[in-house]
Amino acid sequence: MKILVFVNHVPDTETKVKISADGKTIDPAGVNYMLNPYDEIAVEEGLKLREKSTGEVVVVSLGTDANKETLRKALAMGCDKAVALKDSSPRDSFGVARALADYAKEYSPDIILCGKQSIDYDDAQVGGMVAEMLGLPSISVVVKLDVADGAIVAEREIEGGHEIVHSKLPAVISAQKGLNQPRYPSLKGIMDAKRKPIEERVVAAIPPRVEVLAMKKPSPKPPGKIVGTDASAIPELVRLLHEEAKVI
Amino acid sequence: MKIIAFAEQRNNQFKKTAFEVVRAAKTIADGLSAELVGVVIGGNVSPIAGELGKYGASRVIVVEDSRLQHYSTTAYAKVLAEVAQQESGQVIFLPASSLGKDLAPRVAVKLNAGLATDCTAVRVENGECVATRPVYAGKGLADVRITSPVKIFSLRPNVFSAGAPSGGTATIEGKNVVLTEADFTAAVKEVKASGGKKDVAEADIIVSGGRGLKGPEHFAMIEELASTLKAAVGASRAVVDAGWRPHEEQVGQTGKTVAPTLYIAVAISGAVQHLAGMSSSKYIVAINKDKDAPIFSIADYGIVGDAFEIVPAFSAELKKVLGK
Repeated sequence: MKILVFVNHVPDTETKVKISADGKTIDPAGVNYMLNPYDEIAVEEGLKLREKSTGEVVVVSLGTDANKETLRKALAMGCDKAVALKDSSPRDSFGVARALADYAKEYSPDIILCGKQSIDYDDAQVGGMVAEMLGLPSISVVVKLDVADGAIVAEREIEGGHEIVHSKLPAVISAQKGLNQPRYPSLKGIMDAKRKPIEERVVAAIPPRVEVLAMKKPSPKPPGKIVGTDASAIPELVRLLHEEAKVI
Repeated sequence: MKIIAFAEQRNNQFKKTAFEVVRAAKTIADGLSAELVGVVIGGNVSPIAGELGKYGASRVIVVEDSRLQHYSTTAYAKVLAEVAQQESGQVIFLPASSLGKDLAPRVAVKLNAGLATDCTAVRVENGECVATRPVYAGKGLADVRITSPVKIFSLRPNVFSAGAPSGGTATIEGKNVVLTEADFTAAVKEVKASGGKKDVAEADIIVSGGRGLKGPEHFAMIEELASTLKAAVGASRAVVDAGWRPHEEQVGQTGKTVAPTLYIAVAISGAVQHLAGMSSSKYIVAINKDKDAPIFSIADYGIVGDAFEIVPAFSAELKKVLGK
């Protein structure tokens, strides 16, 4: 089975966001980067699929040389091969999807896995866009995946429950937390990863269709009221919620 | 110019987001002197289509087919794109719900359009729609515009007010879109409801518990408080990872983003990742014995004390006051 996984290199969840001087992006100084958590789940799912059948897991990322750190992590988890699509020009999800779809068209996988969204821009678009560009079925926010005989039964999260979705392969699956528990790379995995190939390809710039006019931090909330320090504060809290906030 | 508003329905009933999206789209349509056209896709939706007129749609296009009773990404994408193209719709609004976020990217590619997801505000500026959307899990807010001729915005649920329905009416038009079996890839075969529990993503009130509760058995008082308030139960990542609560309840950067009217955080310290998921809540109550817990920096009301004492007292007081 040819399994293709898209991964992104994103600021880690501990990042304290500072807006850079251009007023449109975050200041990268002091930011630690990580493999996008939802993509890590996609990598794990790819590895599980390979373990169930035979085949290879190829992991792709678009960005700069820095993305190779994330590709090495995926290789250390057990992926067979990595591809770094190189371009540092500004790009939105459409542009990312286009480059990934072009690679996928060439590689012609049986299944494409990615995270439901990247925790930097939170667009949640790349999976669906790639699927549309390739004319493939897509299932998003997947929490359970069964693949057998060229067919998929997936469970996806909706408000108030789950949908059971049937599809054929090839398809694009975007992973939600709960689909699996990603493995930690073993020491052997980390050592092996140093020797696994990372193919580098330069890709053409694609001007963004979504243009950031300004980025700011949310305005801090005015301080709230500490109503008390034990259960005796409850009647006052209930009164405030009823009369002031009017929420109960 | 035409603004298109996709109104989500399930089981032939509109989701609350349908009215939120139509109302928000109407403010933009007014600002651009454009016509607002609602679009409803489903199995038997003509009877409900008129409701959109009460929220500002002047026309509603209905695409009805028994095969569209259940959502299918590619069939719905084909229908919405075709309707938008026929109407020469220049701005399209959808909800950033599970369905909306699934549908929008495919429609965007079909229409060669830029897409801004999960917007929390929209306005007209310099003759076009500008949106504000959270980025970096809400640690940043980006004002964006879309450069392609067709522009698509998905709106965060529960943030835009639908407002009260007016007496307005809309012209309903049925439209036929040719669909073959090949259009119904990745089809929904079954919908499993979460056993009657309220979903955090749709609840008006959420009572959420964290690691300070010390064990899964102590969630009983959280459930009790939630039940009294007709609220959903939420959870921090720590308690989900510990296996105390299902991940559907997780609120936060790697859980759900919620915007309820009231969020009650019990024994949750308020790590940045948790705040990312609930800081859009209209009112936040924090109960925590640590006065320096970061949650207090965003809470509107707080009690610094022992949750094991305070939460049962809260339920008891509510039952008294609400007469239960």
